[in-house]
Amino acid sequence: MYVAVKGGEAAIDNAHRLLADRRRGDRSVPALTLDQITEQLSIGVDRVMSEGSLYDRRLAALAIKQARGDLIEAIFLVRAYRTTLPRFGHSEPVDTGAMLVERRVSACYKDLPGGQLLGPTFDYTHRLLDEELEGDPLVETGALRGGDQEPVMRVADILGQEGLIEDDGFIDPAAEPGDINQTPTEFPMSRAMRLQSLSRGDEGFLLALGYSTQRGYARSHPFVGEVRIGEVDVEVFMPELGFAVPVGRVQVTECQMVNQFKGSAKAPPQFTRGYGLVFGQSERKAMAMSLCDRALRAEELGEDLVAAPQDQEFVLSHCDNVQATGFVEHLKLPHYVDFQAELGLVRTMRSEYEQRTGEAVLETREAAE
Amino acid sequence: MEIKADQTARQDRMAILARCSTERLSALWATLGLQPRHTPLRGPEAGLVMLRGRVGGTGEPFNVGEATVTRASVKLEDGSVGHAMALGRDHAKVQLSAVIDALCRNAETAARIDAELIQPMRRELDQADETRRQQTAATRVDFFTMVRGED
Repeated sequence: MYVAVKGGEAAIDNAHRLLADRRRGDRSVPALTLDQITEQLSIGVDRVMSEGSLYDRRLAALAIKQARGDLIEAIFLVRAYRTTLPRFGHSEPVDTGAMLVERRVSACYKDLPGGQLLGPTFDYTHRLLDEELEGDPLVETGALRGGDQEPVMRVADILGQEGLIEDDGFIDPAAEPGDINQTPTEFPMSRAMRLQSLSRGDEGFLLALGYSTQRGYARSHPFVGEVRIGEVDVEVFMPELGFAVPVGRVQVTECQMVNQFKGSAKAPPQFTRGYGLVFGQSERKAMAMSLCDRALRAEELGEDLVAAPQDQEFVLSHCDNVQATGFVEHLKLPHYVDFQAELGLVRTMRSEYEQRTGEAVLETREAAE
Repeated sequence: MEIKADQTARQDRMAILARCSTERLSALWATLGLQPRHTPLRGPEAGLVMLRGRVGGTGEPFNVGEATVTRASVKLEDGSVGHAMALGRDHAKVQLSAVIDALCRNAETAARIDAELIQPMRRELDQADETRRQQTAATRVDFFTMVRGED
């Protein structure tokens, strides 16, 4: 019999009150400010912006504070907030070639125009805990180096001059890229929509898939053509003015992954590319994204589909951590009725089984006698 | 030609207004002593723009993710209309930027605003960019070749 029940209102209220209490923690410790989070936990903030798919440092910091540092919960909060705002339009495509570069490294060329610019990187640190940071030591500002600086040329353009790397293809000026927020998911998905999906995909999931391509679960052979981090100008076309106006800058991380390609009936042997573009300083994510982007191009490039990272439906249906956490975590919500039904089913099956085995035992005994 | 030059000047001004800090803008604005009466035509209101990139860096456009923006349009008593849009959710800054854009419809006022408000902020923002460039340049790797054995 199905009986509707309600209850738990007071329990829920008190649970939320307790959550707020635990979030604040020991009251003798000063509360975190959003400025502290944006300035000193900036890479966590960047991850929330990237996977929350909303560029706004302060909102991301607020979400991190509210979520007690649970970044996936914070991403969920940001995604929910997005839906409360109207969309005014879209920007002109940002020009990453004109980036104010803070970091740019290439694993393909030692000497390249613009040079290897290490920027604020964890690379080459010894990964030893610095006990001084238990306090608030005086920290020097970054060193300066004057003189003329060459433009930081794209690595793809260097290889492109020899025709040894694929170009970005013909651009149809009238074509509009699809938007995964406004279109039901259908496979196969265009590369533009795949990139949108990957750019907000879960860093851990894409990292693991990218890693698997290196270990042989898809043809890969990647080199980092370049990774660059820096600020790009954003321009938005305003119809009332009839031209695009600059609205500020955003920080992005871009990765050009260069991959071997043996050629096909239509194309000569050359290098192909996987692409990653992510909000903020998120180098690991941009690199993982470019590995996944390249693996997902298997069909387009006539490669055998042999592994999960090449399967659009597998990658794109599972890379969103808000969807994933929603479906996994919903399992803890009341399933009392479903479970009662399953319990009844298992009881019936068990009694049928016991009856069968009972009869079988009896028959065996009879046969033995 | 003149229209084109006016558009470029307007875009340059908007670029500075969008990037400056509210505190700095308010401080410089106060020194100008301008207090034009204006009526809001729209906003200031916060919303989203979808930021676009290009596949592979130079290919077809794709949607990366959204950003918060605030926009405002105002009308002055003389009928001049001004618009502003900037990343973030700072209503006061964008409202003031729209008023400044409207004032700059008048060439004389525009010259004064450019000299006393836009130029100082541009210099400061350029200086900040230059510091960043030099900090990055200091992390540039200078390779040198090890000479082995005797020549």
